[in-house]
Amino acid sequence: CVDDLDTTPIDPNYKSGDKIYVSAESYKQGLSKLYGSFVLAGQEGAGGNADIAGGDPGSTVYTRLLFYCQELSTDAAIAAWNDGDIKEFHNQKWTSGNGFVGNMYTRLYLTIGFINQYLRDTEPGKLISSLTSDDLKNIEQYRAEARLLRAMVYYNALDLFGSVPILTEADPVGKFKPEQKTRKEIFTFVEAEVSEIESLLAEPGNNEYGRIDKGAAWALMARMYLNAEVYINEVKYTECIDYCKKIMPFYSLNDSYEELFMADNHLRTNEMIFAFACDGLNSQTYGATTYLIHAAIGGDYVPANAGINGGWGGNRVTSAFVNKFDQNNDKRAMFFTEGQSLEIDQIGEFTEGYMLVKYTNKNSDGTNGSDDNFVDTDFPIFRLADVYLMYAESVLRGGNGGSLGEATSYINQLRTRAYGNTSGNITEADLTLDFIIDERARELSWECMRRTDLIRFGQFSNSKYLWPWKGGLKDGKSVDAHYNLYPIPLSELNSNSNLTPTPGY
Amino acid sequence: QEKVVSGTVTDANDGMGIPGVSVVVKGTTTGTSTDFDGHFSISAEASSTLVFSFIGYKSQEIAVGDQTNFNIVLSTNTENLSEVVVIGYGQVKKEDATGSVIAIKSDDFNKGSISSPQELLTGKMPGVTITSGGGAPGSGSTIRIRGGSSLFASNDPLIIIDGVPVSSDAVSGMRNPLNTINPNDIETFTVLKDASATAIYGSRASNGVILVTTKKGKKGQVLKVNYSGNVSVNTIAKQINLLNTEELGEAIQQYYPAKVDLLGTENTDWQKEIFETSISHDHNINFSGSEYNTPYRVSIGYTDQEGILKTSNLERYTGALTLNPSFFENHLKVNINAKGLYIKNRFADTGAIGNALAFDPSRPVKSEDSKYDKYGNYYTYFNGDVRDVLAPTNPLALLNQKSNTSEVKRFIGNTQLDYKFHFLPELRANLNVAYDYSKSEGDVIEDAEAAWTESNNGNGSRKAYSQEKKNELVEFYLNYKKDFDQFDSKIDLVGGYSWQHFWREDANSATTTFDQSFEKSPASQSGTENYLVSFFGRMNYTFKDRYLLTFTLRQDGSSRFSKDNRWGLFPSAAFAWRMNEELFLKKFEKLSNLKLRLGYGVTGQQEIGQGDYPYQGIYNIGNDQARYQFGDTYYNTIRPSAYDEHIKWEETTTYNIGLDFGFFNNRLNGSVDAYKRKTKDLINLIDVPAGSNLKNRIVTNIGSLENEGLEIALNGIIIANDDWNWELNANAAYNKNEITKLTDSNDPNFKGVFTGGISGGTGNNIQINSTGHTTNAFYVYQQMYDVNGKPLEGVYVDRNNDGQITLEGDRYIYQKPSADWTFGFGSNLGYKKWTLSMNARLSLGNYVYNNIESDKGHFEGVVSSLNNITNRVADANDAKFFTAQYHSDYFIQNASFFKLDNVTLGYDLGKVCQDKLNIYLYTTVQNVFTITDYKGLDPEIFGGIDNNIYPRPRTFLLGVNVNF
Repeated sequence: CVDDLDTTPIDPNYKSGDKIYVSAESYKQGLSKLYGSFVLAGQEGAGGNADIAGGDPGSTVYTRLLFYCQELSTDAAIAAWNDGDIKEFHNQKWTSGNGFVGNMYTRLYLTIGFINQYLRDTEPGKLISSLTSDDLKNIEQYRAEARLLRAMVYYNALDLFGSVPILTEADPVGKFKPEQKTRKEIFTFVEAEVSEIESLLAEPGNNEYGRIDKGAAWALMARMYLNAEVYINEVKYTECIDYCKKIMPFYSLNDSYEELFMADNHLRTNEMIFAFACDGLNSQTYGATTYLIHAAIGGDYVPANAGINGGWGGNRVTSAFVNKFDQNNDKRAMFFTEGQSLEIDQIGEFTEGYMLVKYTNKNSDGTNGSDDNFVDTDFPIFRLADVYLMYAESVLRGGNGGSLGEATSYINQLRTRAYGNTSGNITEADLTLDFIIDERARELSWECMRRTDLIRFGQFSNSKYLWPWKGGLKDGKSVDAHYNLYPIPLSELNSNSNLTPTPGY
Repeated sequence: QEKVVSGTVTDANDGMGIPGVSVVVKGTTTGTSTDFDGHFSISAEASSTLVFSFIGYKSQEIAVGDQTNFNIVLSTNTENLSEVVVIGYGQVKKEDATGSVIAIKSDDFNKGSISSPQELLTGKMPGVTITSGGGAPGSGSTIRIRGGSSLFASNDPLIIIDGVPVSSDAVSGMRNPLNTINPNDIETFTVLKDASATAIYGSRASNGVILVTTKKGKKGQVLKVNYSGNVSVNTIAKQINLLNTEELGEAIQQYYPAKVDLLGTENTDWQKEIFETSISHDHNINFSGSEYNTPYRVSIGYTDQEGILKTSNLERYTGALTLNPSFFENHLKVNINAKGLYIKNRFADTGAIGNALAFDPSRPVKSEDSKYDKYGNYYTYFNGDVRDVLAPTNPLALLNQKSNTSEVKRFIGNTQLDYKFHFLPELRANLNVAYDYSKSEGDVIEDAEAAWTESNNGNGSRKAYSQEKKNELVEFYLNYKKDFDQFDSKIDLVGGYSWQHFWREDANSATTTFDQSFEKSPASQSGTENYLVSFFGRMNYTFKDRYLLTFTLRQDGSSRFSKDNRWGLFPSAAFAWRMNEELFLKKFEKLSNLKLRLGYGVTGQQEIGQGDYPYQGIYNIGNDQARYQFGDTYYNTIRPSAYDEHIKWEETTTYNIGLDFGFFNNRLNGSVDAYKRKTKDLINLIDVPAGSNLKNRIVTNIGSLENEGLEIALNGIIIANDDWNWELNANAAYNKNEITKLTDSNDPNFKGVFTGGISGGTGNNIQINSTGHTTNAFYVYQQMYDVNGKPLEGVYVDRNNDGQITLEGDRYIYQKPSADWTFGFGSNLGYKKWTLSMNARLSLGNYVYNNIESDKGHFEGVVSSLNNITNRVADANDAKFFTAQYHSDYFIQNASFFKLDNVTLGYDLGKVCQDKLNIYLYTTVQNVFTITDYKGLDPEIFGGIDNNIYPRPRTFLLGVNVNF
């Protein structure tokens, strides 16, 4: 009877390692978790059986936290809520004790952990023997995609937190204390990973929907090179242009701007290089676009017009942001102003500040998404418009391999789409860095890049650009440069004594 | 000169004849026993003495003399000294016990409206703290013995009912796993506190052991029938003081002047709306006797408890059967127990309590306005023309439009065979086979009109769940007991083996679309199991009847640990010295008992609370609502779970010193115990360095903690004469708990592990486990006050003097939820046929975080960003905080209390109806009053965070007990 003590799970949903990977399909299910980690909170819909222990599951979703870190901390978004320490974002007063910053850090490394485990489980020597050669080829590609997702996470970690540890499938699973790496080491790691796996990825636009391909790999590299001066104090604009040029032949701008953010935006693969797939029935989450759409709605806006059951009265934009748009002509100025004031006197008052109703759960034919609580709208990560803007900026910043003329024509393509005609077009002389940062604000609003952009333009923390409520003051004030990085969370410093606190915190 | 002497032996309690009483001529082997009616007849000399004895009764000696007819009245043996107490795998005479063992018999139980066994014990024993989980019908209680030895792992004691250890985890759809036993069927509770007593249970003994025995029939007894019943009225004892519409209007005028118009015109007291005075009743009938030489007892019980929160209800049917036949001239004794239970629950959504505090008082419960038609007329918050999805749900709608019911069936049965060897009567073999089965089925239906379920995919919902549990036990031991008179020694040896299997299966199905025809086909199934295999032994050695030694050893194997860490060895040793038996103390006649006890033991812990496979890397398949899309297909994801391959037992070492004493024939008796318990390799949930495992928190062995304490128990009969009888008992316990280690590195910068999540905000914790401090200590800012003693909003002491107030730098450890001292008092006063008994408790040094006040005591958001209004507690006007100050020590409030738990007045009508009936009537008030400085509803809150508790009712009860 002593043998009874050797047990393995009897639950059909919990299986030991040797019983989980039993078919080619199961390896794909393993891969789906790695993607799911960006939009879902856990193993059950609506946040049940959450990946992260403690706290509200909706606030542990990767893409929602990315919005907090990248948009709520800028002129582009301000939350009316009292949710935990959420106000610290727009006040630019976060500390290492901020729960959401902590969740962001946790989610980054949890995603890395899932990916590393997947890579261990799919090592060629460990695969089950019944696989066909096609299966093996597929799994090789799954592994490459897993590593590209991991590179994306490390890119976010590098961008948000700076100097952090690198963990790979070579590390064990336990309770050891990883060592911190420099930003340069992480930068180099991402570069090396992408170049190693590039050939194993699908050609741009040739993968199944919802999975990444070479286009996404290149876009990631372009984005990292664009910011290399910030990250590693090295100029990499030429490399940025190279990667932008690799991408462009495979994609074209979608005729309509708003279709890119609708419930059926999975149809926009012409322009969308990569978006995380969301679905109101099958991928239920309070993060991702469900959050983006609900939180942006309140006041007099009729929620049904966005295909949802009700607003959460959270996010508006500051007047500084609104003023960057030619509201009468630029279709990207998707502000809802009825009953809303432009200026914000009280942050907690949702009717102060314009609403930005860019994302919607309506399909392009006017029908609703599959559910009115959880939305179908996919969460965009890379799209061609961003590539055009990166190209133009890199040219202006002195990168080789591009021309001002081409840059201007790309920007004018965006402007023509936005204005519906050429009235908004610019000349080569108009194309300046000041124009670029504002054009990025207009084109890429709420696509989780604003903070990175402001930092690159030296406008995030100092007094060069003040927007309402920056630093917690209605008129805005300068904040210290250490806010350019989010702090390694207190809880993490507590459990890992190998880490040094982020300077300034 | 021999003559025939005859007579009757009767029971002092009921006057009935006692069959089977042994009648022996003193100093001879001549004897007989009484017949079925208690009659006896024996030949004896006039100069001789007769000895009457029977188990459970005081023996009597009578000189024969001239008399030939005797009426002997035997009274039951209530003296502690010769009492037999149950211990692990056997029983000992109380005087021979070496460990800290306290037994309480049914006479001493708490009285009143009692639906769960734990309530019988509240306040009765020093070092045993029982906190009820609130006032919901049939709600469970938390039992802590000596403060608890674990941090994250279970701190529940092991509970053994008639020899069957029951698993402490909940049965789904049942609030309290112990509800299986009808309190009326319980004969004794025995609590084993120190390790020398508990270590025989090894891996599950770290938090004490509670042994429950149920009532049994007696050999030769004629049929006795007993009915007991009561009816009780439950009333709400206290409400939280909230703002009314007018006061709320003033607050809005002050803070949101532009929004005053949003206020409605009603003045609804939402708490009054959701609570009601309710009536419960309880009936129990039992039959006991002996047929065909087989003592039996059958009991049937019915309880109908109506909760004070509308729609909450419990109906329970219990049945119990015990049979105790014996064979081969008592060489083989059989003990058969079967207990059955059927419960019908309706759970009210307790979210309604919090919503009643928050919901706008200026709104009606129901409105005739046509826009509420589709919500069953329940008032629902709108934002313009659209329902506000974030506003609180109408509390009455939550109660009336949601039905959460469950049906639970449970059976616990065991058969124990005890065989005394014919050729070697000193040797006994005991086999115990037990089966514990439960099945519960629950159904949660939300009406199609329920506003909060509104969806374009159909309104309403129905979820069904079911659970099946099977726990099996096989236990066998040999017991060898022999007196070696020539050496003045007694030896008692036990050696045994135990095998247990715990198995559980759950099924859940759900649909978001309301459909009466919805089939309860399980959409997701889950299950788990674990095994425990153990070998154990005990040696008791007694020298000269006054030096007692006990050694125990248990080896436990648990399927929860890997092969390398699976087996744990748990030894103990104890020594007791019956000092009053020494010549030098014998001359003090008034001293009837004095015993010194020393004990040492190691116990373990394997109730990890994190699944049954913590050492294995396992994978979890996601459900159909959490899939990810590739192409046109949605894939159920596979998540690797966190694990620690090296996880092992947590170990607690206990040292105990105790003194039992009794004076005046034990009329005054008591005990004093002091203990120290050290737990190492704590099973602990810790934040692991990000990336090093597959979750942010894992369960692993890390840290150590200590408990030390003092316990005093005193019982005394103050008055005992023909008319008056007054018994008093009192107990006191002190416990101090300290975490001595939390990390591997002892990094001085490590502040501790945050815990104690609160409502309000996201991820806010109010407690910390920190080295050098009590577990779950509060971790807060130090509030600053103005000259009038009013707290200054957001102004705190800058404890690290860095010029700013930060969560990292300026919080400090301030107080803790557990009491330093707990006291229990009991009084039993009898005058002729009247009895008056009462029980009270005093708890000192326990603090509570008043989360109701911290979350609903500030004015920001009284009007939300979506223009809905939420109410505030009236105390908000004291502090006048605008913004929530969750981390202020202002909300850590002294929750020391004195509670008069129950008062019972009884009257014994005696024999009525031509002596056929014996009737006892009583009335009880429960939860009589509470004296406390605490500002919230009730200071008694396990865990120390006060939010959304189901209030404990004040109950008035009328009961009757009939014997015939």
